[in-house]
Amino acid sequence: MTAKSKVVALEHVVIRFSGDSGDGMQLTGNLFSDSTAFAGNDFATFPDYPAEIRPPQGTVAGVSGFQVHFGHKPVHTTGDLCDVLVAMNPASIKANMRWLRPGTIIIFDSDSVTDKALEKAGYADDPTVDGTLADYQVVKAPISELTKEALKDFGMDNKSMLKSKNMFALGIVMYLFNRELDTVYKYFETKFKGKDQVIKANRTVLDAGYHYADTWELFTNTYRVEAADLEKGKYRNITGNTAAAWGLMAASEKSGRPLFLGSYPITPATDILAELTKYKNLNVKAYQAEDEIAGIMSSIGAAYTGCMAVTTTSGPGLSLKSEAMGLAVMTELPLVIIDVQRGGPSTGLPTKMEQSDLMQALYGRNGDAPLVVIAARSSAGCFYTAYEAARIAMEHMTPVIMLSDGSLGNGSEVFRIPKMADLPSITPPLAKANDPDYMPYRRDEKWLRREWAIPGTPGLRHRVGGLEKENGKGNLSTNPENHQIMTELREEKINRVANDIPLQEIYGDKNADLLVVSWGGTYGTVRTAVEGLMEEGKSIAHAHFDYIMPLPRNTEEVLKGHKKIVVCEINRGQFAKYLRMNFPEYKCEQFNKVMGLPFTIGELEAKFNDLLK
Amino acid sequence: MENQNIEQEVMLTKEDFASDQVVKWCPGCGDHAILKAVQDIFPKLGKKKEDIVVVSGIGCSSRFPYYMNTYGFHSIHGRAAAAATGVKLANPNLSVWMITGDGDCTAIGGNHFIHACRRNIDINLILFNNRIYGMTKGQFSPCTFRGTKTKTSPQGTYEDPFNPGELAIGAKATFFARGVDINPKELSEIFWESYKHDGIAVTEVLQNCMIFSNGVHENITGKDVRDDMQVKCVHGQPLIFGKNRDKGIRLNGNQLEVVKIGENGITEKDILVHDKTTEDTGIHMMLAHMMPPHFPVAIGVIRDVKAPTFNDSLDQVIENEKANSKIHCMDDLLNSGSTWTID
Repeated sequence: MTAKSKVVALEHVVIRFSGDSGDGMQLTGNLFSDSTAFAGNDFATFPDYPAEIRPPQGTVAGVSGFQVHFGHKPVHTTGDLCDVLVAMNPASIKANMRWLRPGTIIIFDSDSVTDKALEKAGYADDPTVDGTLADYQVVKAPISELTKEALKDFGMDNKSMLKSKNMFALGIVMYLFNRELDTVYKYFETKFKGKDQVIKANRTVLDAGYHYADTWELFTNTYRVEAADLEKGKYRNITGNTAAAWGLMAASEKSGRPLFLGSYPITPATDILAELTKYKNLNVKAYQAEDEIAGIMSSIGAAYTGCMAVTTTSGPGLSLKSEAMGLAVMTELPLVIIDVQRGGPSTGLPTKMEQSDLMQALYGRNGDAPLVVIAARSSAGCFYTAYEAARIAMEHMTPVIMLSDGSLGNGSEVFRIPKMADLPSITPPLAKANDPDYMPYRRDEKWLRREWAIPGTPGLRHRVGGLEKENGKGNLSTNPENHQIMTELREEKINRVANDIPLQEIYGDKNADLLVVSWGGTYGTVRTAVEGLMEEGKSIAHAHFDYIMPLPRNTEEVLKGHKKIVVCEINRGQFAKYLRMNFPEYKCEQFNKVMGLPFTIGELEAKFNDLLK
Repeated sequence: MENQNIEQEVMLTKEDFASDQVVKWCPGCGDHAILKAVQDIFPKLGKKKEDIVVVSGIGCSSRFPYYMNTYGFHSIHGRAAAAATGVKLANPNLSVWMITGDGDCTAIGGNHFIHACRRNIDINLILFNNRIYGMTKGQFSPCTFRGTKTKTSPQGTYEDPFNPGELAIGAKATFFARGVDINPKELSEIFWESYKHDGIAVTEVLQNCMIFSNGVHENITGKDVRDDMQVKCVHGQPLIFGKNRDKGIRLNGNQLEVVKIGENGITEKDILVHDKTTEDTGIHMMLAHMMPPHFPVAIGVIRDVKAPTFNDSLDQVIENEKANSKIHCMDDLLNSGSTWTID
C-alpha cells in the first residue's frame, strides 16, 4: 500500500453505490461487501432498486442503489445517512440528497454530466458546480473516459467498455478504505472462468480505478475500519428472506416433519418462495399456487396431512388469507404464515417497508380467532424467528404469523452459522397409531393442544373442518355451552404459549426515566439511538418485543417504573394501541413515521431527547 | 399393530365406510344416493381405510366427509380443490376424493377448479350439480338455466350457465364423466373409473334438490324420458340410445347430430364410436355440451386421457435433485457457498 494520504481509523461507515439501473450497482455493492467480510468487519447491506423493471434511463425513477454499513463495533442497521456516496450520474445525486450529511464524500462520474442527463435528473445546472453540493466533499473523476482509456487495447466496442465503469468506481472506493483487491480478483476468476480476456479486462479497470485514486491523490485522508470483535465461528452473509427460508428448512429437519410451502408471488415476500423452490434436494415441496387463497389452503391441506406447512405473503395477500387463517385456528393445525410487510393500504408502496399489518395479524379474521404473532428484528434474525414460528406452530398446534418487512427481507447481514445440533428440539404432539381412546379434540392439560393425527396412520380416522366441534370427540356441535367452552379453550391455548417463550428483556436500567418500546424490524435503529443516548449518560432503556401475541408474561414489570414510555413504530401507533388495551394504567406515547422508510437514528435521538427534557 | 392387521385382512364392506354420524340431508335428496355409491365402491378400491381422505368445500354436498369413516377435511367455501391439492402433494400415496357443489366449484371456487384441472393433480373430484344454492336456501348458481326464478332472481336469471363438463375439458381436465343421482350403480362404476385414472378426474353428478330445484333434471332422468334423453358413453361402442335402441349420435361435418337408425339409409355403422382416450378435446367437448331438447345428455366416462400428473412430476424432480445434489442436510447448506471464519 502506497497511500500518500493519512489513514484515519473509523468506527463505522455507511457507503451507498448509486447509478442508473443498468450501471451494475448491485454487483458493485456486493463485491464491496465481500471484501468487507474478508476485512473482518461486521456489516449489513440494503439494495434499493426501483419497482419498475426497466424504468426510463437516466431519470431519478431509474436510480438503483446498494448500501453497505460496516463497522468495527456491532452493526445493527443497514445505515441511514451516508458517509460516502458513489454517484454514476446526476440522477443518482438527486435521488440521494435525503441521505447525505454535511461532509459526505460524493464520488461522481464527471463524464456523466451532459445537458440531457441534467434535464432527465431535473437539474437546470450542473449540481457539482452551481453550489447545490456545497456542504459535501465532491470528488469528481472522469470515470467513463478513464475506463475506456484503460481498455483501449482490448479491442472492445464502446458499449462493452462502459459496462466496466462500475469496476473503476469500485477501485476508487477500495483505495479509499485501504482494501486488498484479492477478493474481487477471486470473484472475477470464478465468475468468468475460462474467459481469460474478460477476467483481465475487469482486473485492468479495477486496478486503474485504484491507482487513479492513489496517483491523483483524490482524497486527503483514506480510512480504515478495524476488524470487528465478532464471536468466533463461521460466518456468511444472508438476506432476511433467505434467512427465513433457511430457518423454516431447519425447523423441518429438526422436527422430522417435511416442509410444504404453498405461496403466490408478491413483493417483497416472493424471494422466500423462490429460495425454497431451490431445495427439492432437501425434500422441500414448494408449491406456487394460483392465488393467495390457494397458497394458504394447500398449506392447510398439507398441515392436516402431517407437513410442517407454511405460506408466505405480504399485506394484501394476508388480507386474502383471512378466512383460511380462521380455518387453521378452528381445525387447530400447525401453520406458519410469514407476512413480509410493505406500505399499505391496498397496493400501497410495494417496494417500501412499513409495520402496518400488526392489527391485521392480531385481529384480521371473523370470529374470536386468536393465534400467535411474533416478529423478526433483523435480517439474519429472520432465521431464528422463522424457526421459532415453526416450533410454536407444531408444538402448540396453532397457526403462527411471523411479521417481517421489506427492509429486513431484502437487506442482508452477517450471519453466524449455527450448528443444527445446537438448535432447540421441536417435538409435535403426534397421535399414536391405533390409540383406542383417540379423539380429535382431546387436549393435554398443560398446553391444551390437540394431537396431530396424520392421514395414513391406522386407527385414527377422523374428520375436521370449519364448523364448530364438540370438545373432545370433535363431532359437529351447535350446542351453546360447547361453543363457549371451545372459544375459551382456543383463547387460553394461545395465552399459555406465554409459558413457553422467554421473558421480555429490558436493555438498560429497569427504572430509567424513559422506556423506549419497539418491535420488529426497527430494532437496529432504535437500539443504536438508545445506545447513543446511554453513552451520553441519559436515563433511557429499551424494550424490543419479538413476541406480540401472547406478550411475554413479565410485560407489565417491564412497563413499570418509568417516567415516560414511548412506542416507536412505522405505522400510526398499532402496537401502542395494543399495549394500552392490555395495560390501560400505563401511558404510552407514540413516535410514528409512515414514509415507506425506516427511522433514522438522528430523528429517534431528537425525539428521545425531547421526551427526556 | 395387531388390531391393524386384523382390520386389513378382513374384507371391507360399505358399512366400514359409514361414520357414526346421523346423515342430515333432506329426505329424498339426491345426495343420499351419491353417498351410497361412494360407500359401495370404497371397499373395492383395494386401499386401506386410513389411506383415503375426503375433502370438501361448503354447501349441502360438502357435509359428505362427516358421513364417511375415513380421514376427512371439511374446508371453506370454494377452496376444497386447493386443500385437496395440499393433501395429495403432502402424501401422494393417499387416495384423495373431493366433494363439491355447482356453487362451491364453479362460482367461488372456479379459479381453484380450473387450475386443479390444468395441473392434472391426481384427485377424484365429484361435483354435485343441482343447479341451485341449497344450503343458503335457493339462490341461482352459475349452473342455473337462463330465466330460472329463484330467491335472488325473482324475474328469472338473465345470464347463461356454465356447463361443468365444458369448463373442465376446456381447462385441460384429463378425465370427465357424468352420472345421475338416481342410478347409484352406474355412479359406482364411474367412480371406479375415476379412481383408476391417474390425474384429475372430474365427475359431474346431476343431483336433485327436493326443496329448491326439484325436478330440474326431470327432462333427463324422468322414467318416461330417460332412455331417449341419456346416451351412455362406452369406450369403443357406438353412441346408440333410445327406448328401442334405434337412435344414435352421428358426426356430420364438424357437428354432432341425432339420427334414427333405419331411416334415410342410416345404419349402425354411421354412428359415432366413443373414444374416451383421444387427446383432442373437440368431440369430448361436443359430447359434454349436448343437452335436451335437441340432444340426449352424455352419461358415463366422456374423457379419460393419459398425461403426466402434477404430483408425480413434482416427486420426480425431487428424486432427481436428491440424487444429483451434494447438499444432503441443513448443516451442508448452511456451510455451503461463500463463508468466512473468525478465530
